[in-house]
Amino acid sequence: MSRSTFGLPTFIALLSLAGLVLALTGEGWRDGLSWAALSAPLLAVAWAMTARKPR
Amino acid sequence: MTTSAVRTWYLIHKWTSLVCTAFLFMLCVTGLPLIFHDEIDRLTGGPPPLQGPASSSDSPGLLPLDAMLQRALAERPVEVPLYMAFDNGSPLLTVTTGPAPDAAEADMTLLLFDRITGRMVAPPGEEGFMDVLLQLHTDMFLGLPGMLFLGFMGVLFVAALVSGTVLYAPFMRKLDFGTLRAERSRRTKWLDWHNLLGITALAWMTVVGVTGFINALATPLIDSWRADAAAEMTGSKEGVSALPPQRYGSLDKAMASARRALPGNNPQFVAFPGGAFSTPGHYAVFFQGATPFTQRLLTPALIDGATGELTDVRPMPLTMKALQLSQPLHFGDYGGLPLKLLWATLTCSTLVVLGSGIYLWLGRRRAPLAARVREVTSGGRATLVPSPTE
Repeated sequence: MSRSTFGLPTFIALLSLAGLVLALTGEGWRDGLSWAALSAPLLAVAWAMTARKPR
Repeated sequence: MTTSAVRTWYLIHKWTSLVCTAFLFMLCVTGLPLIFHDEIDRLTGGPPPLQGPASSSDSPGLLPLDAMLQRALAERPVEVPLYMAFDNGSPLLTVTTGPAPDAAEADMTLLLFDRITGRMVAPPGEEGFMDVLLQLHTDMFLGLPGMLFLGFMGVLFVAALVSGTVLYAPFMRKLDFGTLRAERSRRTKWLDWHNLLGITALAWMTVVGVTGFINALATPLIDSWRADAAAEMTGSKEGVSALPPQRYGSLDKAMASARRALPGNNPQFVAFPGGAFSTPGHYAVFFQGATPFTQRLLTPALIDGATGELTDVRPMPLTMKALQLSQPLHFGDYGGLPLKLLWATLTCSTLVVLGSGIYLWLGRRRAPLAARVREVTSGGRATLVPSPTE
């Protein structure tokens, strides 16, 4: 149970944290990766909204 | 999870959230424009940034520090210099002067210079509204008690995040990640949104909550560091009067000796002798590294004010490092405009979590506790059936 419940949330949380730290360590590509990683929470929400198809 | 455990976590979630929600709402609303304060300042008539090498560097085109200090003291002849601060993006250099080394903040004067031409630069325009927002966001115009109070709200916010995450498990037991049920009741719809936005923004909200709490402790943390470290680095010099500006040795010589001890670092600001961040006989030069990470971790170097010789360099204690790193991680201003936009979107997610939380509480606050717990353990399905006791 806990694996399926917290699997994706843990992944999103780790990506968010990586994004937050990455931009602190330098500029350039690190910023780009940081933006991508910190987009994970928003992409997950966007995915949930499109996955909800009216039957 | 047993029903009684869910009940306990439910009550923790309810009360920690209810107490902090109104303040969190204010913090989000004021924080949203503050994320973009640089951009807003520029749009609302602030002077364009100066062009040229960073004033914190040692580029050849820059005027010597001694010359800059002389210009500042010529502007404020009867005053003493308190701070000289540098910029990492332009030749802007600021000098703060005051009537005495221990002058109160209200008596200080900020002078802005171009370190290439040596000319004075117009002070930034009135930024009244952003100042009001910042003040509201930091201490609600209540000074230190206000700051500490908002820090406590940060603790409650983190407790609400933890208890909310615990409740996410029984709620989602039979639901897939990302479930958004629109076809059921409006309440189920907001339950799903509350859970989805809460769990996806969890890491970001936790980081901003914890760093907000640490920032709220800035005043006591800085005070205690200053009391310990300054005395430790120089020995006690109670009652010694501050070195007068006429007896200052060369600031450029002092800077050069400090740069030799800390290669690859640039100064962020100089605190002149006798002030809050220095000692009566020493300049303190606060150095910063070159990456956004090390830029926030200041290392003070104490330099003898008269001879320009380096006395001591020591890294800040862990508490001060935590405070310095908490600032960017709270403000979101360290990774360009895209990071700020992500910060703003996540702030909006937080607002929806707060709003839906209040909506969910208002809708069922008169229902028996057992029914509300059942709503959590059933993933919102129990809301469809009116509880028999209602």
